[in-house]
Amino acid sequence: MIEQALRAEPARRSEATDERPVVRGALIVVALLFVAVFLVLPLLVVFGQAFAKGVVFYARAIEEPDSLAAIRLTLVTAFAAVSLNLVFGVLAAWTIAKFRFFGRSVLVTVIDLPFAISPVVSGLVFVLLFGAQGWLGGWLSAHDIRIVFAPPGIVLATVFVTFPFVARELIPVMQALGNEEEEAAIVLGASGLQTFFRVTLPNVKWGLMYGIVICNARAMGEFGAVSVVSGHVRGLTDTIPLQVEILYNGYSFTAAFAMASLLAFLAIATLVVKSLVEWRLSRESKDGN
Amino acid sequence: MAAQRNIRSLASIVALLATFVLAGVPAYASGNSETQASAAGSTGTVKLLNVSYDPTRELYEDINAAFEKYWKDKTGQTVEIEQSHGGSGAQARAVIDGLEADVVTLALAYDIDAIAAHGLISPDWQSRLPDNSTPYTSTIVFLVRAGNPKGIKDWDDLAKPGVSVITPNPKTSGGARWNYLAAWGYALKHDGGDQAQAEAFVRAVYKNVPVLDSGARGSTTTFVQRGIGDVLVAWENEAFLALKEQGAGSFQIVVPSVSILAEPPVAVVDKNVDKHGTRAVAEAYLRFLYTPEAQTIEARNFYRPRLQSVASAFSSQFPKVELLTIDQFGGWAAAQKTHFADGGIFDQIYQVQ
Repeated sequence: MIEQALRAEPARRSEATDERPVVRGALIVVALLFVAVFLVLPLLVVFGQAFAKGVVFYARAIEEPDSLAAIRLTLVTAFAAVSLNLVFGVLAAWTIAKFRFFGRSVLVTVIDLPFAISPVVSGLVFVLLFGAQGWLGGWLSAHDIRIVFAPPGIVLATVFVTFPFVARELIPVMQALGNEEEEAAIVLGASGLQTFFRVTLPNVKWGLMYGIVICNARAMGEFGAVSVVSGHVRGLTDTIPLQVEILYNGYSFTAAFAMASLLAFLAIATLVVKSLVEWRLSRESKDGN
Repeated sequence: MAAQRNIRSLASIVALLATFVLAGVPAYASGNSETQASAAGSTGTVKLLNVSYDPTRELYEDINAAFEKYWKDKTGQTVEIEQSHGGSGAQARAVIDGLEADVVTLALAYDIDAIAAHGLISPDWQSRLPDNSTPYTSTIVFLVRAGNPKGIKDWDDLAKPGVSVITPNPKTSGGARWNYLAAWGYALKHDGGDQAQAEAFVRAVYKNVPVLDSGARGSTTTFVQRGIGDVLVAWENEAFLALKEQGAGSFQIVVPSVSILAEPPVAVVDKNVDKHGTRAVAEAYLRFLYTPEAQTIEARNFYRPRLQSVASAFSSQFPKVELLTIDQFGGWAAAQKTHFADGGIFDQIYQVQ
């Protein structure tokens, strides 16, 4: 297959837009094979392993108190991270898309920072800030506020890692829309908030949905940053990904895969919602034109 | 004009958001102190956090269940013990950074000394409980694949070319430091105490290490599940557990001619128990580890018990082997400084590769 693809290479170059059927077929087969081996197969393995001991065992593995606690913490964390990033993301995107100001390009770059930083470093930053030996450690400890090694730290690390998703989706949409509609609303006497909720938000709602879905998927699946700030207290500060690791290292393979399958289910649900939103987005842009 | 309006509404959203965040933090904090207040009471449920090293997860699941029953019978109080596991050095670091452990049960004394150095534990902690505050001991053995295809019998087989050795990172793992020192001790014994030759020997062993996991359990997973390596240098209890979980058919234990007496100590974290009001139950928990009941649980989980009566009941389980002690390396403070501190011998050995 690869040989064929390689041999096909010069042909493709000479007639860039009009490949021979053989070449096209080969490329499609290669692409599908790649997807099957690297994406579909692992997914099947996860579900195969998860149900290896039957549905009853699967249900029992998930009903385990520590696993239930991990599921609960993951849901709470994802909800908090998505809500905060929703607000931050909309604000940041609005600021960047609607205003020209000093430092605007710096802000755009800074929003992307979490993409560039290793998640482990993202976690460590919070330990250095809020840990007992950190900058704010003494003050926090004196007021009995726990951030790292407790759920707030997990939420913070998750917010940090998922920060770009909402803003990144919204900035191009808002920029494409321009300011005319908002200006018209304000000229007609709408207040700032009215303009935002009646004009801006409806215009960007599908872009926003898309950002939320992606942000949520990443928030639930984050491992590295959360692992650093978690403290790994069972039933208290373990999220689903951390619980998967604990179960796997504790020789509970089937239970580990059962938990992993929850994340896989989430991934599939995300894909479905994402396709729906994409479909709406493309339809809307067609309507707009 | 429009821009001004926009800015004003932006400001109001920011204010709204700030209120939300600021309101959220104290709400959480007060939630925390509430649980602690109830923990301090003698009638309600009391919670203890045991921050431990990597291979003890199964041990403390059993111990905790036994202690919860023991404490309920004795005082009528319900105690819930929470567990956290990871590489010993990494766990010590987390406690220093604010993980509020009531007790620490780590792989070696140096890691508890590190916590004590930050003022969380009294410096004399190791003399507060019997046997250097180590209720159980272990040693270092080899786990090889069934039939021992590479014919590994002793430490010198680990230095031979073509043998792949799995051991965790001595920087983060306590077990890894015992492994390292056991190899070093073997070399000293065979080369008449020559430090330079011992270093060359240990360097040759680490040349055969393809991956350093951060904790002992990570290395076991690498060797057992991922099938990497010819020999796993492991805690005796970890090797036995792998045999038990994986079936004796796929692996076997090889006991070297000389190994090290590994003493994983326990301590109450003074600053945290005083803050939580849990000192009494935390101290009782650690003393419980020395009782015949707990010693039997420890032996069943393949830790060598201190209590003679339990030790003789399980004597067939634990092979007799010549054991070096940490004192032969000048104690943990000296061993840490020479071998594992930044720029120490381990760094030199592992960097030149």
